[in-house]
Amino acid sequence: MSLLDVRDLTVVFQRRGERPFTAVDKVSFSVEPGQTVGLVGESGCGKSVTSLAIMGLLPRRGNKVTGEVNFDGTDLLKLRPDDLRDRRGRDIGMIFQDPLSSLNPVVPIGIQVAEVLERHRGMDRKAALKEARELLDAVGIPDPNRRLKEYPHQISGGMRQRALIAIALACKPRLLIADEPTTALDVTIQAQILTLLKQLVDETGTALIMITHDLGVVAGLCDTVNVLYGGKVVERAARHELFARPRHPYTHGLLSSVPRLDSPRGERLHAIRGSVADNIPWGEGCAFAPRCDNVVDACLEGTPPLEPTATGGDLRCNNPVSEEVAVP
Amino acid sequence: MLRVIVRRLLQLVVTLIGLSALVFVWLRNLPGGPIEALLGERATPERRALLIKALGYDQPILVQYAKFMQRLLTGDFGNSIRSGDPVTEVIGRAFPATIELAAAAMVIAIGLGVPLGYLAARHRGRLLDNMSIAGTLLGISIPIFFLGYLLKDVFTQNIHWFPPSGRMSTGVDNTEITGFFVLDGLLTREFDATADALWHLVLPALTLATIPLAVIVRITRASVLDVLNEDFVRTAEAKGLRHKTIRGRHILRNALLPVVTTIGLQTGALLSGAVLTERVYNWGGLGTLIYNSISGGRDYPVLQALILLAALVFVLVNLLVDLSYAFIDPRVRVR
Repeated sequence: MSLLDVRDLTVVFQRRGERPFTAVDKVSFSVEPGQTVGLVGESGCGKSVTSLAIMGLLPRRGNKVTGEVNFDGTDLLKLRPDDLRDRRGRDIGMIFQDPLSSLNPVVPIGIQVAEVLERHRGMDRKAALKEARELLDAVGIPDPNRRLKEYPHQISGGMRQRALIAIALACKPRLLIADEPTTALDVTIQAQILTLLKQLVDETGTALIMITHDLGVVAGLCDTVNVLYGGKVVERAARHELFARPRHPYTHGLLSSVPRLDSPRGERLHAIRGSVADNIPWGEGCAFAPRCDNVVDACLEGTPPLEPTATGGDLRCNNPVSEEVAVP
Repeated sequence: MLRVIVRRLLQLVVTLIGLSALVFVWLRNLPGGPIEALLGERATPERRALLIKALGYDQPILVQYAKFMQRLLTGDFGNSIRSGDPVTEVIGRAFPATIELAAAAMVIAIGLGVPLGYLAARHRGRLLDNMSIAGTLLGISIPIFFLGYLLKDVFTQNIHWFPPSGRMSTGVDNTEITGFFVLDGLLTREFDATADALWHLVLPALTLATIPLAVIVRITRASVLDVLNEDFVRTAEAKGLRHKTIRGRHILRNALLPVVTTIGLQTGALLSGAVLTERVYNWGGLGTLIYNSISGGRDYPVLQALILLAALVFVLVNLLVDLSYAFIDPRVRVR
């Protein structure tokens, strides 16, 4: 049985005075124990909303969440709020994008790590702080004794993200969700944080959902990749398969738009034309059709289904990129 | 930290000296004055001149001020023109009454204001929130004396829940130690005196608390709404922490920073509100003293001391607020 099995997860924003907007549209994917799964897409494709919906962190008001989120056989969406609260931070940990704003500015780092241990492992303050020290040490924060008493503004961005990782992993969760964990960091620090995540995930056997717009992150970390567009999964494939033979024109476009050091001088970068604003609603065709180079008549006649491919993945496309076309 | 306190206190001294000069000159240029009040309008010029000379008001104003400052350095504020008692004694009698009233009002304002503001923010846009917005608007705009007389009318005339005026019922046997009646009752174990003093406090304190209460509700609500959108609150939720922990450690600890500043600024409103409230409930504190000292013929020595005292209290409270900031928010470095 999968550790996490997301079935037809749908999130509709229902704000007063606005038309309902489907941010996540029947997204299904699963995560096996110890596996690293990527959710990839550009801003606004629904990847962060998906993760917040899994955690039950979307405000109840204004958001309608349907579908199933089966974690270890329990549908998290059906749990009472207090039961879900017992699981968050214990069974599922989460790391956020901006480490400075994600830490409480007026509480020492030590307390912010220790409070998870006090909550879920019933430790007293003293034992929890001792454990917090070990955790800070494990995520590579130098001089952890001193850091315990320091406040977020007193440590560097990389260290803050390490502290957040320590918090998320404090109770040895079986699943870790990382929502763009390196976006706010310097490139050199990004690499360190990714290496650390990979190492921790390998050591503890924690499954990881990596949410990112950065294909470099996917390449270094993920076993399976789900590409999201307009709130729907458009392509799913094993990492090597996806990078070697992207089938969906969107995935293909994403990969071609990554700058390469070995491309000839003066060659223009390939960009996907248009923007998310050009999308058409899924019901009226493929949302990506207005930006797609491979568009055919069928693309404007209803949502293409997500169908299995010969290589074990899934694809939602009427006219996929041929397997022979290599990424430039 | 100590250096900061010392420097702020020095600034305070300079402020007070400047203020004392302003007040000294300003008071003496107001129309009306103690001579008329003491002698009546039909006094002979000879008697008037005699009294003016006796009080030293015939000397140039700079000389008068110099003498005033000279006495001040020895802690002598002079004597009240009205009663002849030393000013320190007159003020000392009224001071505890007002502090007791103001403290009770602040306890009500903070004790009700912070929870209400928090709840309003958490129920944004719903009935409770809308009621809090309407209620605070009313609280800020209703004149204190009107509210005072209204409460007095309803709760002492129509339903006899509270006493109409004064700080203590006649016939209650109380021993004065500090002049704070609630405290004195506790110290001497005369609990009936404490209960009676509290009973007298309810209406005046509620009246005086309305404006600070409304302001604190508003500020708390706005501040909590800001903090609720912060990423670290989401982190706290993702940790699965209990409501209690999230509310206290993560939301309120951050949201209360602006509220603390407001509390400091509201001391000013409290001091001016005390004048009206004390009138309505015949409270006999500094507010009553200010009123009597102005209307009863410009009691210069008392008024001077009262204005300086009010300024001193205001500045000291705000110094405390600034210092407490450094303890609440580690990002603030006191300079």
